[in-house]
Amino acid sequence: MSDTTITANRAATETESAHHPAHPSFQRHHFESVSQQFDATNFAMWLFLLTEIMFFGGLFTSYLIMRNWYYPAFVEGSHHLSIFWGTTNTAVLITSSFTMAMSVYSAQMKQKGKLVMYLVLTFILGLAFLCIKGIEWHGEWVDHHVPGLRFSDADFLNPKLDADVYKEYHDAPLSPEMAQNTEEYFFLYFAMTGMHALHMIVGIGLLGFIIFRARQGAYTSGHVTFVENFGLYWHFVDVIWIFLYPLLYLISRHT
Amino acid sequence: MQLEQPRPDETPGEHIHIVSPKVYGTIFVALLFLTAATCGISYVDLGVFNAVVAMAIACTKMTLVVLFFMHIKYSNKLTKLTVASGIFLFLSLIGMIMSDYISRAWGRW
Repeated sequence: MSDTTITANRAATETESAHHPAHPSFQRHHFESVSQQFDATNFAMWLFLLTEIMFFGGLFTSYLIMRNWYYPAFVEGSHHLSIFWGTTNTAVLITSSFTMAMSVYSAQMKQKGKLVMYLVLTFILGLAFLCIKGIEWHGEWVDHHVPGLRFSDADFLNPKLDADVYKEYHDAPLSPEMAQNTEEYFFLYFAMTGMHALHMIVGIGLLGFIIFRARQGAYTSGHVTFVENFGLYWHFVDVIWIFLYPLLYLISRHT
Repeated sequence: MQLEQPRPDETPGEHIHIVSPKVYGTIFVALLFLTAATCGISYVDLGVFNAVVAMAIACTKMTLVVLFFMHIKYSNKLTKLTVASGIFLFLSLIGMIMSDYISRAWGRW
C-alpha cells in the first residue's frame, strides 16, 4: 500500500495528467473510485464466503446423515458435552460479533481510539472463545473421547461409569456395535469445532494485523473496506457456531 | 475527461449506509435473548420438535447477523443476489443429497 497522501496524489495528477487520476492513497488505481473499490472487494468477499458455506456444508451434511444412521450413538455422545460451556461460548462469540460491528462503525465515524478499543475487545473475546474450547477439548481428552488418539467406548457400554452424565440423562447401555459408532459422533464433533476454531485462529491473527494498522490510523481516514470485509469473515464464523451449538449440544437432550 | 475522474475527496461514507450503534445494540440483545431461549427450550421435552425449534431459532439468529451485522439489508442488489444464491445452492445440495439417502433401500437407520 502506498503511503503517499491525498495531497501528494493531487500534486502528482497535475504532472501525470489523465493517465494517473487523483485518488486517495488507499484506493488502488485500477479502480475508478473508492466506492467502486468497496463494491468490488465486498462482492469478492461474499464469493469467498460462499465457498466457505460449501466447505462447512459438507461437514453439516455428513453430520445430518451420520446422525440419522447412528442416532442412539449420536444422542449419547452428545450427552457428554457441557451445555454450560457451549452456551457461554455462544454468548462470547455473539458479543465478539457485536464489538466487531462496532469496530466497523468506529472506522466509518473515523474514531481511531474507539476503533482500536473495539478491535482489541474482539481480539480478547476471540481468544476467550478458544480458551473455553480448549477447556472442553481437555475434558474430552481426559474422558477418552478423542477419536483415533485416545478413545474408549466404555462410557457408552456402561453409562454408569460417568456418574454426572448418568445422573442427568439415565442413558441405557448401547450395544457393542452401536457404542463403537459414538466415535463417529466425536470425530464429527472434533472436525467441525476444530475447523471452526481454525477459522477463529486465522481471524485472530488477521485481527492482530488490523489492530497494528488501526493504531497507525490506516482505517480512520476513509478506508473502511478492509475492516468491513474482515468483519464479514468474523460474522460468518459466528454464524457457523450459531448452527454448531444447537446441533452438537442441544438437540439430543431428549430422545 | 475531467468529469470521469473520481473526486479525490470522495469517502466511502458517502455511499455506504452507516448502521447506527442503536441498531447493532438491539440486534446484539436479540441474539443473546435467542441464545438463552434456545438453551432453555432444549430442557423442555418437545419430542421431534426440539430439533425443529432449535434449528428455527438458529436460522433466525443467522438472518439477524446477515441482515444487520453483515449489512445485507443495506447492500446493493448484486450482493443480495449473491447471498441468496449461496443459501439456495446450499439448501438445494443438502436437499438432493438427503432425498438420495432417504430413498435408497439400505435399511437399518
